[in-house]
Amino acid sequence: MADKKDPIQTPLTDEQRRKVLMGMAAMPAMMMPGMALAQAAQFPTAKVNTTKLAVTDTEVVVGQLHSATGTMAISETGSIQAEQLAIDQINAMGGVLGRKIRVIKEDGASDWPTFAEKSKKLLVQDKVACVFGCWTSASRKAVLPIFEKENGMLYYPTFYEGLEQSKNVIYTGQEATQQILYGLDWAAKEKKAKTFFLVGSDYIWPRTSMKIARKHIESVAKLGKVAGEEYYPLGHTNFNSLINKIKLAKPDCIFAAVVGGSNVAFYKQLKAAGITADKQFLLTISVTEDEVLGIGGENIAGFYSSMKYFQSLDNANNKAFVEAFKKAYGPKSVIGDVTQAGYLGPWIWKATVEKAGSFDVDKIAAASGGIELKTAPEGYVKVHENHHLWSKARIGQAQLDGQFKVVAESPELIEPNPFPKGYQ
Amino acid sequence: MDSIKSWLARSGMGSVLILALIIVVVFPLTMDLFRLNLVGKYLTYAFVAVGLVMLWGYGGVLSLGQGVFFGLGGYMMAMFMKLEASDPETTKIQSTPGIPDFMDWNQITELPLWWEPFRHLPLALLAVLLVPTLLAFIISFAMFRRRVGGVYFAIITQAVCLILTVLIVGQQGYTGGVNGITDLKTILGWDTRTDEAKYVLYFLNAGLLIASILLCRWIQLSKLGTLLLAMRDKEDRVRFSGYDVSMFKVFAFCLAAMLSAIGGAMFVLQVGFMSPSLVGIVPSIEMVIFAAVGGRMSLVGAVYGALLVNFGKTYFSESFPDLWLFLMAALFIGVVLAFPNGLAGLYESHVKPRLGKRKDKPAAGTDSTPSSDVPPATPLHSGAPHGGKPLARTALPDGVQGTSA
Repeated sequence: MADKKDPIQTPLTDEQRRKVLMGMAAMPAMMMPGMALAQAAQFPTAKVNTTKLAVTDTEVVVGQLHSATGTMAISETGSIQAEQLAIDQINAMGGVLGRKIRVIKEDGASDWPTFAEKSKKLLVQDKVACVFGCWTSASRKAVLPIFEKENGMLYYPTFYEGLEQSKNVIYTGQEATQQILYGLDWAAKEKKAKTFFLVGSDYIWPRTSMKIARKHIESVAKLGKVAGEEYYPLGHTNFNSLINKIKLAKPDCIFAAVVGGSNVAFYKQLKAAGITADKQFLLTISVTEDEVLGIGGENIAGFYSSMKYFQSLDNANNKAFVEAFKKAYGPKSVIGDVTQAGYLGPWIWKATVEKAGSFDVDKIAAASGGIELKTAPEGYVKVHENHHLWSKARIGQAQLDGQFKVVAESPELIEPNPFPKGYQ
Repeated sequence: MDSIKSWLARSGMGSVLILALIIVVVFPLTMDLFRLNLVGKYLTYAFVAVGLVMLWGYGGVLSLGQGVFFGLGGYMMAMFMKLEASDPETTKIQSTPGIPDFMDWNQITELPLWWEPFRHLPLALLAVLLVPTLLAFIISFAMFRRRVGGVYFAIITQAVCLILTVLIVGQQGYTGGVNGITDLKTILGWDTRTDEAKYVLYFLNAGLLIASILLCRWIQLSKLGTLLLAMRDKEDRVRFSGYDVSMFKVFAFCLAAMLSAIGGAMFVLQVGFMSPSLVGIVPSIEMVIFAAVGGRMSLVGAVYGALLVNFGKTYFSESFPDLWLFLMAALFIGVVLAFPNGLAGLYESHVKPRLGKRKDKPAAGTDSTPSSDVPPATPLHSGAPHGGKPLARTALPDGVQGTSA
């Protein structure tokens, strides 16, 4: 990576940025055609593409598959924008192996069969070199057999439950242990939490996360005991009975993985019941800056969230990223954990292609382990042989303005372990 | 020759033949495998739409919960395939090898008893047909015996949808929850994901669909079909004539449920997974839309409706990923406003009269060419149920045009 120019390290001028935003039309003017052509000549198409992918001498086609419509659109928009931003920046630098990236966008429409249909279309018809996409576990599960059958490459940005590892997927978010263990240890050490109340939405991610949390609390790290464990259907909005149970159990820590629209009701009702940050310690693994937009900063201020990235992270990479993102999508846009992970996808793919000297999926899959990214907004990250990322865990405290204040950070990168021993 | 022609016209077989030709010959010849596989998926929805023509168009019972039966049929098939995909060898990474992965994630350590039958293909296929039909029987028997009908029945079917979705999502240790049952690969060792298998499944699907249409057409032409129509228009008169109205409705509901279940099972075979998102209220309403766009009185129209709507969905969403939902909405509103009887109604009112005029000369000898502008041959006997005579076919009430299959 050291020999490559990167827009994050060498910020673009304002004028250049505007051109990035103007999109492909403006590209030829600024891409130093001579250099790109030279690089393309150095990597003849016949050599970098032996599997009939949509790669020409000047262009490489990639797919983007998220929900632009439907109930998940609000969550996935951030990922769509971040991936597009990364691709625009890569194109502005001259592309990948001298080839410009062209994106074919497909809408999964928050509907899992549609995700399956569109992923097949991208791989079989469009022959895309890779796909950036999916958000929910359900959509990933729906497309995974297709990616494995058609031998495609998926860059998946969401933190998820683990228990999965595929040659055809690079997981740029955290698997469950990377998000949970550090947070619980921190809660026990810094907040002296001995009793934990686990609450989540009722589907695979919270269930698996809570299973890991319970094992960690009770048997692995022996932090204390679990005072209660409750699940509510997706979209559930009445948490009064839960709040009564919490009041009875009086846990030191509420450990929450409530997702989506339920979040809004959950935090508002906690506040209404008098369970606020000055009286109760709450640690969540499902609230990023994006969710706070819906919940409202005043309803969640003071509570803690365990993520790998917060918009307020103080480093040069992140400052440049936040600035570029706001420039592209408006000063009011916020960046959550998954948005940042989405932004990593195209960069990791680019680095992998350049290392492998090829767009072929088999070669990319083999070359992925050990890929480093020094320019990531979250800081240095590395791809593990198991196709997950080494990354740090961080604890942020929600502020009134909807941002998080980072209060703790794991000293080292945490190794991804999708099949954690002792937690099954 | 003439007798064949008149039989074709009388029984509406002509349009079925054309449809069969399009599905079995034209599509496979003109499309690549990827598109053909998509058409195969659309055609599984057509099973539901055909069932709705019988239930809604003929029986007059609107069900907004067909996703329940589509989903159940699909789940039965998926359970069999999942068990086959979860042999101890491929699942050895789990705490309990040999059970489906989602059970392992939910700390279930042995296969629940009610999953056991799904180790056997014949039992699974039987379950595909019988479980949804049985559920349909229970629901409809309970409702129609109490003379619950119309809007109330539609609302109850919606409630059933919701209940089943919540049940599946909530019992994720046994059902796979929101993610559904995924990663299905083989049937008795036969890989359903190969190119060859996709062709086989497509033609199997097409064959079953045409057989279903023929079955429904046969029912329509029988006395039962006439009774269903009569019931739809004047339920009380049929009841006063001594017929047990509720059981006929129960029959129509069960028939529609069974067809939907076959569609669901074919869906799983071709798409490779099943999830509660296909059971819920939204897909159920979508299925009603397929029937409405095609024309709710027309069996082949329902198939065209399912194809057109899904083609539209795929095409619009590929071409205009940001706008496509608006375009779909425009399509629905346009069809419903301009052609309340759907595509089939359009055909009856615009295309057929012209064809009829052109045909007039050669067809002059046979007076049995049904045409919507020919007055009924026999006026309706007021008060009496339609007789069992095939003549009743031409004596359809106003607004019922698309009866030629």
